[in-house]
Amino acid sequence: MKGKQSLAKSGYKSRDNIAGYVMLFPWLFGFILMWFLPMIISIYYSFTNFNLLNEAQFIGFQNYIRVFTTDDTFWQAIKVTFIYVIFLVPLRLAFALFVAMLLNTKHKGLGLYRTIYYIPSIIGGSIAVSIVWRQIFGKQGVVMSLLSVFGIEQKVSLLGNTDTALAVIILMGVWQFGSSMLIFLAALKQIPHSLYESAVVDGAKPWEIFTKITLPMLTPTIFFNLILQLVNGFRVFTESYVITDGGPLDSTLTYVLYLYRRAFNFFDMGYSCALAWVLVIIIAAFTVILFKTQNNWVHYESGGDE
Amino acid sequence: MVGVKEKKKLGSVLFHLFSCAIGFLMIYPLLWLFASSMKSNETMFKDAYSLIPEVFDMSTNYLSAWKGVGGVSFLTFLGNTVFVTVTGMAGCVVVSLFAAYAFTRIKFRGSQFWFACVMITMMIPSQVMVVPQYIILKKMNLIDTRIALTLPWFFGTAFFIFMLVQFFRGIPKELDEAAEIDGCGRISILFRILVPVVKPALVTASIFAFYWIWQDFFQPLIFMNTPSKYTLSLALNMFLDPNAYNNYGGLFAMSVLSLLPTLIFFIIFQRYLVDGIAMDGIKG
Repeated sequence: MKGKQSLAKSGYKSRDNIAGYVMLFPWLFGFILMWFLPMIISIYYSFTNFNLLNEAQFIGFQNYIRVFTTDDTFWQAIKVTFIYVIFLVPLRLAFALFVAMLLNTKHKGLGLYRTIYYIPSIIGGSIAVSIVWRQIFGKQGVVMSLLSVFGIEQKVSLLGNTDTALAVIILMGVWQFGSSMLIFLAALKQIPHSLYESAVVDGAKPWEIFTKITLPMLTPTIFFNLILQLVNGFRVFTESYVITDGGPLDSTLTYVLYLYRRAFNFFDMGYSCALAWVLVIIIAAFTVILFKTQNNWVHYESGGDE
Repeated sequence: MVGVKEKKKLGSVLFHLFSCAIGFLMIYPLLWLFASSMKSNETMFKDAYSLIPEVFDMSTNYLSAWKGVGGVSFLTFLGNTVFVTVTGMAGCVVVSLFAAYAFTRIKFRGSQFWFACVMITMMIPSQVMVVPQYIILKKMNLIDTRIALTLPWFFGTAFFIFMLVQFFRGIPKELDEAAEIDGCGRISILFRILVPVVKPALVTASIFAFYWIWQDFFQPLIFMNTPSKYTLSLALNMFLDPNAYNNYGGLFAMSVLSLLPTLIFFIIFQRYLVDGIAMDGIKG
């Protein structure tokens, strides 16, 4: 036993080293060209006033200071994005869990329902779907025409109203609950039946079974989904670009849309690099906080990993 | 006893009613798009919610979609999209396969460090990297070329590497060792022994790559300027400009055409997708 361990620790065969790097090379090359190098460049430019036309000049922390002190639009974009994420993620997960539990029953045609519920997740990111949402909730759209059927005439559509435009975009995100639903469905199927059976024998009510068995058993999956959806939520772009173009009055201006405008409408490259790093730090902070709270609510089966 | 049976039947009816109602809401936007692509421009917004066109004008809409936008035909956009998708997809999957093989089957110095790097790239949104990527591609004179659209995909993605690593870990190493004794090299072990076993994962990865690249909008929007090199996403975006075109029928028809390949792909391969996502929860 001991001999085996020490060999495993010390030994990298040079043949294996070469083979490993040959196999890894394409990814490594791409990682360096498309990730590592851009990261370094981006950090550097975030301390300059680079704007594609002039040579970059080093300006210290000025971009970062400007982000936090004088840029009102930044705070608007932060507000919009936080509202988006804070509403979208719980709503989407709750809906996904609800539908997954609905489909985790014994009925006919479950496969068909599962497929149909999953379709929006497949195509949701496409610009065509954003166009559809724009038309449905827009001025001459479905919602307006339905309202007028019921005799409610309104001047402003849901998308034209600063109070409701973001809600429409959140709704579009909730609509794409399919992939979270599939993950929940798989997790639900793995909860041992014996747990439920003994709970029923003990006379537990459905709600108790849900909160005492189903939910705790699902916490690892919920945690995983939460991290995944959080990162996704912060990158929302196409929806607000196509459906509302950030409007009305910046009420749907998401962070990435603002970053895009700074970079490619104003050519404020240095500044937008600083914005990008602020976003990375925000996402990292959320992730770290979630991981820190993990011990308090995520229930892992003991003795699983070796 | 009869009461119990009837109760069960009622429950089942309620279940299906409810599920169908959700299902209808889920696909209503799609049905609406398809219906609207057949409505004539004059009746488009009369009872906009209706799924049955009052006046059918399918041919006008689809012909105008076929003609394209900005002087570029639909076929050109389609060709660009197919080229970018197919090359990007192939590169992405093959490179991820090699990387996953290296991480699970070869003991080499630094493998754990590089795997950590893979995981980090998964957590950072690609949108953050797009400005420096743009600058690099500009320096390489690749902006406004199809290469700029395929290159980023050509290095694999963290999601696929992660997924394939999970799959490889589930395959007993004895399989490799037996093949090695039989005189197989690494490459032939990978392609003859392992690839057939992880085929479902490869199919899943290919489908995901297909629809990520097919629908990608952010990168083309930034990297491309010439309409004749645009993908379908950009063509639709161009069509959207209300000052230039007021042809909603054509816009909807082109939207339908751009979604059709994704939907067909999905229907053919949905089993793989559903299983794949259940396995490791790839982003959808």
